[in-house]
Amino acid sequence: MRILPLGDAALTIEWGEAIDPAIHARVLAAYEALRDAPPAGVIDLVPTYRSLTVHFDPLTTDRAALFERLQALAGIAPKSALAGRHIEIAVRFGGAEGPDLEAVASQVGRSPDEIVDTLCALTLRVYMIGFLPGFPYLGDLPEWLRLARRATPRTRVAAGSVAIAGQQAAIYPWPSPGGWHLLGRTDSLLFDANDPARPALLAPGDTVRFVRV
Amino acid sequence: MFETLAVPFPATIQDLGRVGYRHFGVPVSGALDRVSLKLANALVGNRPDAAALEMRFVGPKLRALTTVRVALAYAEATIERNDGSRVRLPPWQTATLAAGECLDIHRVHGGVGYLAVTGGFATPLVLGSRSTDLRAGWGCALREGTTLPVGDGECAGPERRLSPPDFPAGPIRVIPGPQAERFTAAAWETFLSDAYTVTEQADRMGLRLAGPPLTHQGGADIVSEGVAPGSIQVPADGQPIVLLADAQTVGGYAKIATVISADLPRLGRMLPGASLRFTVVDLVAAQAALVEEQAWFTRALASIRPATEEDAAIDQAALYEANLIDGVVYGE
Repeated sequence: MRILPLGDAALTIEWGEAIDPAIHARVLAAYEALRDAPPAGVIDLVPTYRSLTVHFDPLTTDRAALFERLQALAGIAPKSALAGRHIEIAVRFGGAEGPDLEAVASQVGRSPDEIVDTLCALTLRVYMIGFLPGFPYLGDLPEWLRLARRATPRTRVAAGSVAIAGQQAAIYPWPSPGGWHLLGRTDSLLFDANDPARPALLAPGDTVRFVRV
Repeated sequence: MFETLAVPFPATIQDLGRVGYRHFGVPVSGALDRVSLKLANALVGNRPDAAALEMRFVGPKLRALTTVRVALAYAEATIERNDGSRVRLPPWQTATLAAGECLDIHRVHGGVGYLAVTGGFATPLVLGSRSTDLRAGWGCALREGTTLPVGDGECAGPERRLSPPDFPAGPIRVIPGPQAERFTAAAWETFLSDAYTVTEQADRMGLRLAGPPLTHQGGADIVSEGVAPGSIQVPADGQPIVLLADAQTVGGYAKIATVISADLPRLGRMLPGASLRFTVVDLVAAQAALVEEQAWFTRALASIRPATEEDAAIDQAALYEANLIDGVVYGE
């Protein structure tokens, strides 16, 4: 574990440089410890695949005390199992709503059905939320299903699109430009700003299963 | 309340930002120049975090639908009174408009200007903030015909004025990292000795800079991690991108350094074509710069006084001077 400076108003604690459930388990443990007893002055905690960024108010934060608190996280036990919520997400695969399913199938040499069955059999870990409000980075896909992003990103991907790239799957909560392969679409509401206690459907540490409809 | 008559350039409602939701991917947003937003609010008697209108280049033309008291930071306007007269409203001074009177904000100085109104703009609150997030569709991006609601406030008493502060000059101050070691010694020397220019790709998400390329060691791409306003990302082409208020919460490019909090308002005020240099400071200096910012902010607040006839005369002189300068800069 190392603590890196992110300017004068944030620090990033880094546990590794890979997308790896074992690293993420440490991130989650530290995130929950700080979230449940936030140090004075801290305004935001951002857990990612491999690191935790701590944003604080530089004028009111005792930086030395914060640094000491973060250093103590080195010894924290990784979260042994994902204790978040388990969410099932109904997805319509293929067709106009999943325009890349056929191309992905031919690229990996399997049938579209096999792709969908594989995806729906996985319990996916929510590694982090980013890119857009409520946009979940889910993993991990099996080796044979890992594809580079599209050479030319789409200028507009519809909200609710379920997509894959590399070892990740994701769902677009908002219409957006995007370079991932679109396999289907869901009607699940990924982000609800009217629910300030829990605006995003998914949070880091949750698990997701796609259900074909 | 205002009715929007014309919007020559994008203008958005901003406050001090949407904090506490970054773990859900929600950018912090808020004013690019928080100091000017707070000062404009102080002039019209608002809390520092009241919502104001952020403008670039040329502001909108608005018609008051109720009695409103306004002040401009880094912008000037013409008031069209109901009696047919036209009055200039300089920056850093309040004016009260009766229903039916118009405010034509014909010029914004530097990168951003603010229009504050007594009571604040009462546009919808989303996750604790009125700041506009264009990608999520939150807040308010002004359009022709937009009605701007205003909160309750007291518009009585003399008009007020303040002496504007000067932002610190000199290079933009940065703290190295988090990926300082991903750049060669030559890249660091370049970064700290050469000038960079703000390109046309400059918006509320960030400023793309152009200058001598910065060479990575070990590649430009990292596994995505947290970023902050002020993060200086360097993609594979070696041209730095400084992130601003609307930046995403995470990013996958190596970051050579982070701009200190006290210099973020200066960055937010930069226009395409502006030239900037970087210098490294430590945390002690970063903290001192924030304390200094507070000191000149407090001095500016203490300078708030009733606007006098003498101020009006000075404004008239300033107006002639500005016209002369504009004649030189924009003349054919």
